[in-house]
Amino acid sequence: MTKIDIIQDVYEKLGFSKKDSARIVESVFEIMKECLGRGEKIKISGFGNFVVKEKKSRRGRNPQTGKEIEISARRVLTFKSSQVLRKALNG
Amino acid sequence: MNKSGLIEALSRKENITEKKAVEVVNLIFKGFTEELKKGGRIEIRGLGSFVVRDYEAYTGRNPKTGKNIEVSPKKLPFFKVGKELKEKVDR
Repeated sequence: MTKIDIIQDVYEKLGFSKKDSARIVESVFEIMKECLGRGEKIKISGFGNFVVKEKKSRRGRNPQTGKEIEISARRVLTFKSSQVLRKALNG
Repeated sequence: MNKSGLIEALSRKENITEKKAVEVVNLIFKGFTEELKKGGRIEIRGLGSFVVRDYEAYTGRNPKTGKNIEVSPKKLPFFKVGKELKEKVDR
């Protein structure tokens, strides 16, 4: 499933034009990206939470050369699925 | 931001009624859930992709009581963040 399938679904079921459906679907993902880009989390009940986590810098190793390297502090995005979704997958 | 925040932002950005925005957002996440239930993969360019991973049964331990417990095989959704969003979050 890609954006095209979602746009088609919105177009068929919600009565928007093809063009509007595409723009609206794009907007949903834009809003989510902006929000996460600000470091804010997104909670979609019944689906899951997208959370930005701060990672401290740590020592790591290049698995190919075995050399020790410093892994810099960074922010990463994690997704925690909701119990409802996990139940749906295992039902 | 939760689901209603996303709905509100979408309604404002696209100048559509909140009722329509609710329908769009619900359709998207219901569509995601249905796709994952079928074992399908979702790929949203710029945002990321979702897949379902199969986990085999294993013997775990209740950390509180120390008792062994049989964990049955399960399916879990997994989100891999897209390149664009990964960079946006880490800025």
